[in-house]
Amino acid sequence: MSRRRVVVTGLGATTPIGGDVASSWSALLAGTSGVRTLTEEWAKDIPVSIAGRVLVDPSEVMERVEMRRLDRSEQFAMIASREAWKDAGSPEVELERLGVVIASGIGGVTTLLDQYDVLKEKGARFVSPHTVPMLMPNGPAANVGLELKARAGVHTPVSACASGAEAIGYAMEMIRNNRADIIVTGGVEAALHALPMSAFAAMKALSTRMDDPAGASRPYDVDRDGFVLGEGGGILVLEEYEHAKARGAKIYAEIAGQGLTSDGYHIAAPDPEGNGVRQAIAFALSDAGLTTRDIVHLNAHATSTPAGDVAEANALRTALGKDADHVAVSATKSMTGHLLGGAGAVESVFIVKALQDRMAPPTINIHNLDPAVTIDVVRDKPRALPAGDIAALNDSFGFGGHNVVLAFRTL
Amino acid sequence: MALTQEAVLAGIKEIVEEVAGIPAASIEMNKNFTDDLDVDSLSMVEVVVAAEERFGVKIPDDQVSELATVGDAVNFIVKASA
Repeated sequence: MSRRRVVVTGLGATTPIGGDVASSWSALLAGTSGVRTLTEEWAKDIPVSIAGRVLVDPSEVMERVEMRRLDRSEQFAMIASREAWKDAGSPEVELERLGVVIASGIGGVTTLLDQYDVLKEKGARFVSPHTVPMLMPNGPAANVGLELKARAGVHTPVSACASGAEAIGYAMEMIRNNRADIIVTGGVEAALHALPMSAFAAMKALSTRMDDPAGASRPYDVDRDGFVLGEGGGILVLEEYEHAKARGAKIYAEIAGQGLTSDGYHIAAPDPEGNGVRQAIAFALSDAGLTTRDIVHLNAHATSTPAGDVAEANALRTALGKDADHVAVSATKSMTGHLLGGAGAVESVFIVKALQDRMAPPTINIHNLDPAVTIDVVRDKPRALPAGDIAALNDSFGFGGHNVVLAFRTL
Repeated sequence: MALTQEAVLAGIKEIVEEVAGIPAASIEMNKNFTDDLDVDSLSMVEVVVAAEERFGVKIPDDQVSELATVGDAVNFIVKASA
């Protein structure tokens, strides 16, 4: 029996540049930054107070009572999943063949910290009984699974900033392995809070370009000085190809393969040799039955950190060789900021849109391209992708040395 | 001084509206928290804590399971305040 193929039949997102996929995608093509100065009172007392808040707050699209039982990360998951499910045509599927795989890098961290404040100020009796379901990292997946009554399995892989991509890869495997016909999958993050922001700042991981929020996230620019934290999430509906065809579903693209490796190098720093990244790309191509010649677009992890961007670029050059010359590389974190566990998922949504529209989104804020970067970065304006059968890759890496590469192709 | 049944019912209505999103006007003494008002076991804890704070009474954990309806809760609180 030939391998079960997996296609994308629905998309959903809520990001710092749009409350849904359509608005996020058009803002991305227009080169719009979603990074702003936080106006909350707590933001005045922390070293870095620029971030990418979602453009459309959940309160604008969600009932108050539902919101108060959901962590913000869970709210993002519900909002993006509802959009994706509707986009997929609200498919009728046996519940035993429906699964959910949604990741988060940190989980319900704002709930945890807010309830700790309650404990200290008012006492244990006043700690919300909803705290545990709200703070658990599998909460976003669990809530979406509950709403859809999914019975094929609800999962949450956690690998820091690679979590969203890892979730999508896991979902693809569930369908390939015949555990399910449809999986709602992706990643979310809601960590704009004084503690996680102070903690990332303590690592010197965040950009301190406080006087220029929109210009702070500048992957590949010679003056990049760290990433900008973002929030939100992206969701894809993955479906077995024949199942999608049989119900006449709109098919965006095929998710054709994944490559997973680990660096074994350092808890937070990237391997400067980029061996794990290179190998993950090779595995993804092999798994997808693609060669470097097929790849025309790549959404890079490129978070705007001094070490990470060049290490990744070097690994891409090595992995793709001369074929890197025809790969339009986009670093969309220049506009969304870094959504941690949501990043790989939001960027997968963007890749699917790029294949659909045959348009690679721009990378903004590159005033002086770092001379160490020898890949073809799409700058300032979107770039048309070629006609015919084309494929694209999504790079996602996480603290801990996790490398995940996903391969998508037109169908 | 004992609270009146009327005052406690009004307070419970507000709390349940806040916790479960049920309009206060549709909340009556005979409504069952779980079946009629979408107050599950977790949300019931919220209702109890909010009621204790509001009415200055103690509702022991082993009594909570006895409070099936709004009327059960109202009567318990009125009695406890006496």
